Amino acid sequence: MNHPQAAEQFNRDIDRTTWHDKALWFVRQKRDRAVYQVPEWEQLRELASQIKNHTLSRLDDYLEEFERNAQQNGIQVHWAANAEEHNRIVLSILQKHNAKRMVKSKSMLTEECHLNPFLEKHGIEVVDTDLGERIIQFSHEPPSHIVMPAIHLKKEEVGRIFHEHLGTPADASDPQFLTETARQHLRQKFVAAEVALSGVNFAIAETGGFVVCTNEGNADLGVTLTPVHIASMGIEKIIPKLEHLGVFTRLLTRSATGQLITAYTSHFHKPRPGQELHVVIVDNGRTEQLGRPDFRNSLKCIRCGACMNTCPVYRRSGGHSYDYTVPGPIGSILSPNTDLKKHSTLPFASTLCGSCSDVCPVKIDIHVQLYKWRQIISKEKVMPAGKRLSMKVLANVLARPSLYARLGRVARKVLSLTPYAISHAGAINPWAIARELPEPPKQSFRDWYAQNAAKEMETPVSPTPVVDPN
Amino acid sequence: MSSRDQIIANVKANKPQALPLPEIPDFGPDPAQTFTRFSDSLAFVGGQLVELPAGQTVADVVRERFPDAQRIAASVPLAGIPLMPVDAQTPKETLEQVDVAVLQGVFGVGENAAIWVPEANMPHRSLPFIAQHLVLVIDRYTIVPNMHEAYRQIDKTSLSYGVFIAGPSKTADIEQSLVVGAHGARSLTVLVR
Repeated sequence: MNHPQAAEQFNRDIDRTTWHDKALWFVRQKRDRAVYQVPEWEQLRELASQIKNHTLSRLDDYLEEFERNAQQNGIQVHWAANAEEHNRIVLSILQKHNAKRMVKSKSMLTEECHLNPFLEKHGIEVVDTDLGERIIQFSHEPPSHIVMPAIHLKKEEVGRIFHEHLGTPADASDPQFLTETARQHLRQKFVAAEVALSGVNFAIAETGGFVVCTNEGNADLGVTLTPVHIASMGIEKIIPKLEHLGVFTRLLTRSATGQLITAYTSHFHKPRPGQELHVVIVDNGRTEQLGRPDFRNSLKCIRCGACMNTCPVYRRSGGHSYDYTVPGPIGSILSPNTDLKKHSTLPFASTLCGSCSDVCPVKIDIHVQLYKWRQIISKEKVMPAGKRLSMKVLANVLARPSLYARLGRVARKVLSLTPYAISHAGAINPWAIARELPEPPKQSFRDWYAQNAAKEMETPVSPTPVVDPN
Repeated sequence: MSSRDQIIANVKANKPQALPLPEIPDFGPDPAQTFTRFSDSLAFVGGQLVELPAGQTVADVVRERFPDAQRIAASVPLAGIPLMPVDAQTPKETLEQVDVAVLQGVFGVGENAAIWVPEANMPHRSLPFIAQHLVLVIDRYTIVPNMHEAYRQIDKTSLSYGVFIAGPSKTADIEQSLVVGAHGARSLTVLVR
């Protein structure tokens, strides 16, 4: 199913769409309140953007510097060209330790690599420990948002999921009670786990360590108890120096949820005594994106999700309608890089209003890239045939002023004679499914102008009378 | 070619022209307001501020706030309170029993109430997260205005593990309702000396 089809399905439940829209707008408003308290906000965005631009321009050096320093710290560094290699590396570490139970904190990269189903196939129990992720793991759904994975579910639905999987009373839906239940359930999992896997928010080349940000403390609790910690990161997570964290920690959570900072900002540089610490550095299409001058900018993303919360299309179509690991505006510029045909409708899932670019803490020109992907999609002929044909016809008409005028006259006539039920029938005119066509004017602007310009020629404009100053 | 060399080679081939690294300017706000900002931020992130009253010790405050706590672990001396012995070798089943952990923070940050706790100040890495309740002790004069200053305070040469803690563990994953006490500490008390 493509985006417009999935979005249409989502919109069939009007109340739910409105509820979803409001829930995300609420987060956007919290973001605004947090941002307005920082007078140097725009300066911070510019700094973050420049630091990321610089890093991408020397990414090979910084990756090698990170590897060198991490190894000196006692971290084992692995490299994975693609998702498959990443998954194999993780499995081999688990097998080396004869481990069957793994706890995992939020990592969009492992979603991208489809790590969970791969490990489960090999007999590993994988438990997602972020509350939102645990909920959707129970309900066998992908996350619908990168920061709030279960934002599409109502508390009653979470209650039903917990009733089924954790044995809570059938009608229990109080978030406090459900969270406490999850706490008790996951504590057992934390203590029983043999390996813990976390994502990486920032990896510091200068010090050979990395930072993981959570509010729940699930990443921290997992990796500080197990004898093995695996951290998976994309190559774009690198920043040059420790001091740069000052900029990024100020931007990330204010942009994401309107908090001042996450409850826990954990800095890992060395394994605990007796523990193994592994970092898996993953490419999976990122170096290819780096080679596209118009789109490499998307690699600056720090995964705050602000572009989703502000996007009028995301808010009213839901994260699942994008059918990609990272939904929303940023996902719509990342996904065509991986499979242009499969994700060809995503760059069109936007009004190009530019709100995503305005809230982006690292100043990615998201809406410009959406527009550029549209052009590539139309050149590569992966647009639906109907749209491609109509665009072609339209381009021809717009390039010929006299043809445009003639057809305009015909359209006004035809439209004024066509009954509403036909002019607004979705099968004939999909544009009018949720829109009203304008009332056809009696006269076109071109005709009106020709007429009035002629009149003015006849009666020259009299000069403004000068008022006598006396 | 190994994946490592392939990735590095691809980056080399595809990266843009070198771009400059910006200097980070000094964003220092009025230092006189730093403590007020810290206490406002702490309230915002759901932590509880206790300014150590004259004549009282950290142990007095801990006893008063957690009268029923059986198992207390600490990295600061707590005269008269029997402490649970915890070190890097303590098994997780024992760690899981900790009611209250009392740890020394190195400094606090005014703009977000984050407190820096390095590994040297935690008998076991999991202690700040696995304890049911957490008390962090900081000295008032250590509070810095913002994260830029915070990172200047961290000794780069001795990094092993360290965490900024801002408030208790929390989640809003169910319908955006804020719930305190997700997996980590159910409460955070910040004791300012």
